[in-house]
Amino acid sequence: MPESFIHLAGVRKTYGEHLAISDVTFDVQAGELVALVGPSGCGKSTLLKILAGLHPHDGGEVHLGSPTHPFDPARDVGMVFQAPLLLKWRRILDNVLLPAEILGLKKKESLERARHLLELVGLAGYEAKYPYELSGGMQQRAAIARALVHDPKLVLMDEPFGALDALTREKMNLELLRIWKEAGKTIVFVTHGISEAVFLGTRVVVLTAGPARMADNFQVELPHPRTLDVKTQEKFGEYTRRVYRHLGME
Amino acid sequence: MNSKAGRIGLAVLAHIALVLAWYLFVRLGDVPKFVMPGPIPTLEALLAPNYSWWTNIAVTGTEIFGGYFLALAIGVALALAFTWSKTLEAFFMPLLVSLNMVPKVALGPLIIVWFKYGVLPNSIMAFSIAVFPILLTTARGLREIEPELLDLVRSLKGSRWQLFTKIQLPGALPYIFSGMKVGAILAVAGAIVGEFLGSDKGLGYLMLQVQVTLDTPAMFMAVLLITLMGMMLYGIVLALERLLVPKDARVA
Repeated sequence: MPESFIHLAGVRKTYGEHLAISDVTFDVQAGELVALVGPSGCGKSTLLKILAGLHPHDGGEVHLGSPTHPFDPARDVGMVFQAPLLLKWRRILDNVLLPAEILGLKKKESLERARHLLELVGLAGYEAKYPYELSGGMQQRAAIARALVHDPKLVLMDEPFGALDALTREKMNLELLRIWKEAGKTIVFVTHGISEAVFLGTRVVVLTAGPARMADNFQVELPHPRTLDVKTQEKFGEYTRRVYRHLGME
Repeated sequence: MNSKAGRIGLAVLAHIALVLAWYLFVRLGDVPKFVMPGPIPTLEALLAPNYSWWTNIAVTGTEIFGGYFLALAIGVALALAFTWSKTLEAFFMPLLVSLNMVPKVALGPLIIVWFKYGVLPNSIMAFSIAVFPILLTTARGLREIEPELLDLVRSLKGSRWQLFTKIQLPGALPYIFSGMKVGAILAVAGAIVGEFLGSDKGLGYLMLQVQVTLDTPAMFMAVLLITLMGMMLYGIVLALERLLVPKDARVA
């Protein structure tokens, strides 16, 4: 019986003839922030969809939850995508409440939680705004609050900051670390930004393209809470170089 | 004159100017009443005892609104069914685009053969002409919804109904309304053409009757009433859009 929160062993996925993922094996402990890094089209998003229960896998083992952290596939997944994908016709607070509505959670408690989460992501005071009144970075913060509102154990993020400008992205990275610490969730974070992966991850899983194969899986031993200073440390450079090497860029 | 009140003022002014120009043209040009009656004889036509205006308005109104709401319900339902099955969409969509090319007015004589004449065939006429724009724009609106949003709901094991009411319907609403606006105008035309082709009641029927006696003021009045009914339907659609769709999400 695996004790890890996420246990993947030899996971394989094909779309017709096309082999999207071949033999991905790694474990994630509860409370980790795992960064999945790799080139575009390497099957990272597919892997995320398998974890979300949206796509079945064709081979290998996918096990979510452990005796200490039982996993309910309907209730315990929060998702953040590259685009904020807020509903234009709903105010920010109502956008955040969407998962709670779908799950039929108690209104009053959800409302309280949504307000608290908006505060957590730095959007207090924006509850009654419409998405178009917010900048891209702020919309993505709201999307993160939405992913947390039903208190899921696992948050899946698919290049959530990929569409933001570099400066906002740096800021959001720091924010995410703070939110992760406070919310205490297990996060799987997909990115093709190598330094972003090393900066955020407690563990980095490197995937190479076509089909996705796991090239590396290592613990990032950089101290928490992390600040931008971490990026100047020698260890940070070593980790990023290690990823670069796997991706054939060195 | 950029303020809202200013623009409304100009719009009202334009309409008054048209009626005035109409009045002056008939008056100064000494145009005979049976060619073009002025505004006042047109209004007087309402007083003619045996035209049963109210009954005719009710009949035409039933045809327009009945056909229109049927078109709305079936158009949206079919478009939604297409999102459930790609095969269904691939099979029916090209067919519907072809059927859209059929001039619906040309179906009139057939509809009369199949359904006799009266309120039902004229409603079907209004329906057949209004359903396509509603169906096609709704299908487009549903297609434009980001697939990740559907993933989000599915990852929470949301039901198909939740998907429809929380994401698909509100997401496609701006498009539905744009189809509804086109459909509203067409439904009126459909009902009237139906009445021209075969009926024993309604404003279109009345127009054919008074044409024989050259009661042009009554024909003018009938056109005016038909236009007002169309404006009412269009106005309801517009008001609903204002109510339900946030400003930045509206589709022209």
